Amino acid sequence: MAGVLIYSDKLNLALELITAGKAINDEVTAVAINDEELAKGLANAGVKVLSVANEAVNVADTAAVASVIKELAGGVKTVLLASNRRGKELAGRLAQKLGAGCLTDVSSFTVNGDKIECQRNALGGATVATQVIVSDKGVIAIAPKSFAPAGEGSGSIELVSLDVSSKVKVLEVKAKSADAVDIEAAEVLVVAGQGVNSQDDLTDIEALAKKLGGEVACTKPVATDKKWLSEERVVGLSGKLCKPELAVLLGVSGQVQFTVGIRDAKTIVSVNTDENASMNQLSDYVLTADLHEVVKDLNSKL
Amino acid sequence: MNIVVAMKQIPDLQQIRIRNRQPVFDDVPLTIGDIDKNALEAAVNLKEGTDANIIVLSAGNEDVEDTIKEALAAGADEAFLILDDDLEDAESSQIATILAAGLKKMDDVSLILFGEGSGDNYSGQVGSRVAELMDLPQVGYVSTIEVNGNVAKVTRSLEDVEEVIEVELPAVISVMAGINEPRIPSVTQILKAGKKPKEVLELDDIEIDLGAATIETNSNLAPESDRKKIVVKSVDELVEKLTAENLIGR
Ligand SMILES: Cc1cc2nc3c(=O)[nH]c(=O)nc-3n(C[C@H](O)[C@H](O)[C@H](O)COP(=O)(O)OP(=O)(O)OC[C@H]3O[C@@H](n4cnc5c(N)ncnc54)[C@H](O)[C@@H]3O)c2cc1C
Repeated sequence: MAGVLIYSDKLNLALELITAGKAINDEVTAVAINDEELAKGLANAGVKVLSVANEAVNVADTAAVASVIKELAGGVKTVLLASNRRGKELAGRLAQKLGAGCLTDVSSFTVNGDKIECQRNALGGATVATQVIVSDKGVIAIAPKSFAPAGEGSGSIELVSLDVSSKVKVLEVKAKSADAVDIEAAEVLVVAGQGVNSQDDLTDIEALAKKLGGEVACTKPVATDKKWLSEERVVGLSGKLCKPELAVLLGVSGQVQFTVGIRDAKTIVSVNTDENASMNQLSDYVLTADLHEVVKDLNSKL
Repeated sequence: MNIVVAMKQIPDLQQIRIRNRQPVFDDVPLTIGDIDKNALEAAVNLKEGTDANIIVLSAGNEDVEDTIKEALAAGADEAFLILDDDLEDAESSQIATILAAGLKKMDDVSLILFGEGSGDNYSGQVGSRVAELMDLPQVGYVSTIEVNGNVAKVTRSLEDVEEVIEVELPAVISVMAGINEPRIPSVTQILKAGKKPKEVLELDDIEIDLGAATIETNSNLAPESDRKKIVVKSVDELVEKLTAENLIGR
């Protein structure tokens, strides 16, 4: 098998991997584990699917999943995974099993002869590195939404059985409070940073986002430490990489792990009480003021 | 019972300057990655009320011996370091091999903790690679850990769901960023840190083959940025500018 093997337990991400895989080699094979729906969805995108049915393999067991993919990888040179949390965790384990080099969080690549030149953020997002896997085999984890999902085609499903044992047991799966917002798709983002005094202030900020025709997003600590907003709304290295037409940043200091997620915005406005905030250097319009006053003022004027 | 926390020395990212799109590392102080500190804090919390011993494990250049004092002050009981200036630019696969070799020299290890990613590269491979090299089960992106005898009950926090998982020990656990507030050591703790036991080995002592590099870096540049940086004096002026750009009032 000279081609590319792809795996993600999420159909939408696996479809993106098919597109990425085809950019490397025409022959793309997909893996589905204990998931007929996923297998069908992938076959409908025109690829050959190796469908594993073995109750002993839980997708939550990274070691077991890595064993399965290694078995199926046979002679393929490149395995593509999704760089969501599940995929990133799997990437290192699989690479070690295959004796492969591995790059995660890859947002784009160029195929240059037999080299796949991958772009990924480095130094917390301060830089973009171009890196190549030079070992015989490679595992590349592709950042979600970096490639368009594959369109329809007619593929096939091959059932495979494998022997794998497991040392982890899933006791319970709890849904996180659903927040269906898609900040990556928003044309306007109003981003709440830690300069926001209290959760109550979000009401005015939401009103402003609505008036501007956009969504409220936030920096990571606002979601993970303060828990004022869902993690779906985090902009940055461990959140979403956004490209809105307009981003209004309220009390955001501008550390690299954040700015990497907003630097592709067309226009950036920074509102901060500190005129020397690093964010101001990366903004188009800088207003040195208390964000709470500014939000009130904007809400009354717009 | 030993709890091992693997920690990486990194440059203080806030102090890296960009010149001609190149990162400049001169005089940038060294520190430990933030998420690694979350992992250590998780270990310190697990230790409370038990006779567990926390070993901080790190591989890197000679400076690590100094950088790691921060971890000893913040609650690690001892350090196990593999230091060699050749390790300065070592990649994930090589560091994982060395850490695993270090772990194999320890007894009674029940938990090996990592952060979900290092502060600088954030590639998140080393923990998973070490788990494979040690043939141990692993759980990543963990937000809570509870040890009950020879199993741990942990919560893995994915984008859409939380999985409550029971895993056999020993196991490799990578913690999520920000799951706790790492303690800031007191002056006494900092002074005591210097006296805590440290085992320092060189590459020769662990007799492993680093293996060839699997990754080549062609370039590492800051993206070009040409922001206008216009200082506006009032909300009115801001509204005027944004309206002129057709960004509001459409
Ligand atoms: C591996 C890793 C990944 C990370 N990933 C992300 C990520 O994806 N996204 C992310 O955001 N962060 C991320 N971080 C965290 C990041 O380093 C910063 O800690 C975070 O972005 C800071 O958020 P902030 O700007 O809201 O808060 P702060 O840095 O605390 O800044 C608050 C700002 O508000 C200003 N301010 C205070 N009061 C007011 C007021 N009344 N009016 C106006 N301004 C005011 C202050 O001057 C300050 O500039 C990550 C960190 C690590 C180590």
